[in-house]
Amino acid sequence: MALEKPYKDIPGTTIFDSAKARQGYQLNQFFYSLMRAENRERFLADESAYLNEWNITDDQKQAILDRDYNRVIALGGNIYFFAKLFFTDEISFEIGASMMTGVSQKEYRNMMLAGGRPIDGNRYIEEQE
Amino acid sequence: MARITAGVATSHVPAIGAALDHGKTKEDYWAPIFQGYEFSQQWLAGEKPDVIFLVYNDHASAFDMKLIPTFAIGCGEQFGIADEGWGPRPVPDVTGHPDLAWHISQSVIQQDFDLTIINEMKVDHGLTVPLSLMYGQPDAWPVQVIPFAVNVVLYPAPSGRRCYEIGKAIRRAVDSFDEDLNVQIWGTGGMSHQLQGPRAGLINKQFDNDFLDRLVTDPDGLADIPHVEYMREAGSEGVELVMWLIMRGALDDNVHELHRFYHVPASNTAVGHLILKNSS
Repeated sequence: MALEKPYKDIPGTTIFDSAKARQGYQLNQFFYSLMRAENRERFLADESAYLNEWNITDDQKQAILDRDYNRVIALGGNIYFFAKLFFTDEISFEIGASMMTGVSQKEYRNMMLAGGRPIDGNRYIEEQE
Repeated sequence: MARITAGVATSHVPAIGAALDHGKTKEDYWAPIFQGYEFSQQWLAGEKPDVIFLVYNDHASAFDMKLIPTFAIGCGEQFGIADEGWGPRPVPDVTGHPDLAWHISQSVIQQDFDLTIINEMKVDHGLTVPLSLMYGQPDAWPVQVIPFAVNVVLYPAPSGRRCYEIGKAIRRAVDSFDEDLNVQIWGTGGMSHQLQGPRAGLINKQFDNDFLDRLVTDPDGLADIPHVEYMREAGSEGVELVMWLIMRGALDDNVHELHRFYHVPASNTAVGHLILKNSS
């Protein structure tokens, strides 16, 4: 019997379940390596060279180089792991989140100050079609 | 004997720690949040607990993808502060209470909840931000802390029901410890927030306030909320709220609500905070 995945119909949301964890193991271990200051320095000095030390796919490398975080998620990245790259880049979680929503940091902050993204209309994918 | 006297629930947003560490607490954006904890700091200074059993989640700091425990208890003497990618927070190391932690481990495992034992690890903002909010910026934390890490990073987290029930097991374990100790249990994380993807920034005040109400008066019913409801209604990271049920499970069925605070936003997150006092 198949696993139940009732979270698949939540819009704009990828749940980091076992399939994503399987897909993203090496990718997330790369992000985890940025916990160490010397690795952050080596990565920033030559991103491609550092990425080539890791057993990750070319698509995953490109998504990292592009800082395309929605693509990182699609390729198995976990938010708490790739947040290490936000901090390596010295950007806040707020800026990182704004990058995934396609608006400027200012627009994103204003949305949050106004009470955040509303739940109405954001529960089911079908509401947005 | 040891007794659990009170429970505290609080969000553990990393930006709150950064605001404190960088002296931004008086800024318009942050001041209302710190004001929400002024009562709590005074109350805690009067209560002077000996030990805090602190339920939190590690954010890919101590645990990478090599090893992912669902429930892990810190039995070590001392826990250092993790470098989460911007250098360690400038806060004191955390002193454990190994005797009580080991006692709880043995008791809870004998009650059929399988725990992972940790002797050495560093703790991240999930544990240190609640300490900062409640104790301010002391040179040393005036309390011993038992870290209790719950997996909410890899789906699925433990269910709300299992969290509530393990809270009850922790209560029985503390009650059976001979030394006379004033123990508090804190549940951290939440409230509604989503950090990832195009729906990032989701906040659901109705859900959050219902959760605060029911945590006080109807925790048993609240424990039945399935994961998907947290994720849909409170954001993908809102599922952290199951950790509050561990705290609630360790308290009496009837509690006094001493303090409540709710504020939007702190960075991407709704901040919620409760102090609950056992009636017995």
